[in-house]
Amino acid sequence: MLNYLWGFMIVIGIIVGVLNGRIDEVSTVSLNSAKEAITLCITMLGVMSLWTGIMQVAKAAGITDAFTKALNPILRLLFPDIPKEHIVNEYIASNMIANILGLGWAATPMGLKAMGELRKLNQGKDTASCDMCTFLIINISSLQLIPVNIIAYRSQYGSVSPTEILGAALVATAISTIAGVLFSTVARKLSRNT
Amino acid sequence: MKFLLYISDYIIPFIIFYIVGFGLLMRVPVFQEFTKGAEDGFKVVLNIMPTLIGLMIAIGILRASGTLNLLANIIKPLTDILHFPSELVPLVTVKLFSSSAATSLVLDIFKEYGPDSFLGRLTSIIMSCTETVFYTMSVYFMTAGVKKSRYTLAGALFSTLVGVIASLVLTNLVFG
Repeated sequence: MLNYLWGFMIVIGIIVGVLNGRIDEVSTVSLNSAKEAITLCITMLGVMSLWTGIMQVAKAAGITDAFTKALNPILRLLFPDIPKEHIVNEYIASNMIANILGLGWAATPMGLKAMGELRKLNQGKDTASCDMCTFLIINISSLQLIPVNIIAYRSQYGSVSPTEILGAALVATAISTIAGVLFSTVARKLSRNT
Repeated sequence: MKFLLYISDYIIPFIIFYIVGFGLLMRVPVFQEFTKGAEDGFKVVLNIMPTLIGLMIAIGILRASGTLNLLANIIKPLTDILHFPSELVPLVTVKLFSSSAATSLVLDIFKEYGPDSFLGRLTSIIMSCTETVFYTMSVYFMTAGVKKSRYTLAGALFSTLVGVIASLVLTNLVFG
């Protein structure tokens, strides 16, 4: 799917660029975006390593274990196919906790590890398992508790009260996450019946 | 509500303090474990890099060619019926693909209309409750070697749509 999507983005973008007479800008931007991506990755190397390092310490100290135990009843409900004592529970729990705390970069490595374990449980098939679908849908529904970046941007651009949106943002996040959970639960039931 | 601003300043240092402090109490070799984990972070970024380059080039081309503006204009009659400001259509679309591209559009809106305007507040709330659907899916599924993603995209788009609608309703309710 992503093959077509990415291909169409490029093809349509270039065609529109020609029709708009903006092909010179398209040319500059394609080269600059590639450069930008690398610059972003270099910054990310530092931030990402900080969080994977800190999370490794948390794991060694037994902190993630404690959080995982607390999240376990919820995970049992959301992922009925995962064996109870499996390591993937720990990865999913740390990923969710990092997401909730708004530590985006810390969430990704744990999430990728969770996907790796889910793949093993799925016997390496190239079709996503129900648990993979649920995990990603919940992940994408955004669990964020405090949108730290947005608050920073708001104050930077002279907002009288940068945090005034927090309450509404929290409710909106909760609603979208609940919608994602409901969707995955229904889709899981339907796919099992066919 | 002001204390929430202080919390955002304190949350990251506090988490680091708590984890490292707890590690010391548990007699964990903290620095050794940290460097071990940091190495994992390197590997993760190296894995993501090709995907990121590809997506950022595609978004860049869509922006520079004027395709995104074209999309906003095509969608305008529809968004007018739904009372959704068409100015935010590029933002919601871009957010599906790239967080950094969306961030630049957010700053643009704050500059143009102000963060305390209706558009500014709606933007803030939408950004807080949506994720980069296509980006996240491609990175995660590529790592897991998944080619058929089944109902994941439908579910992700559904929860994003619900989030955007909820943002619109809430902005009207709270600030309207």
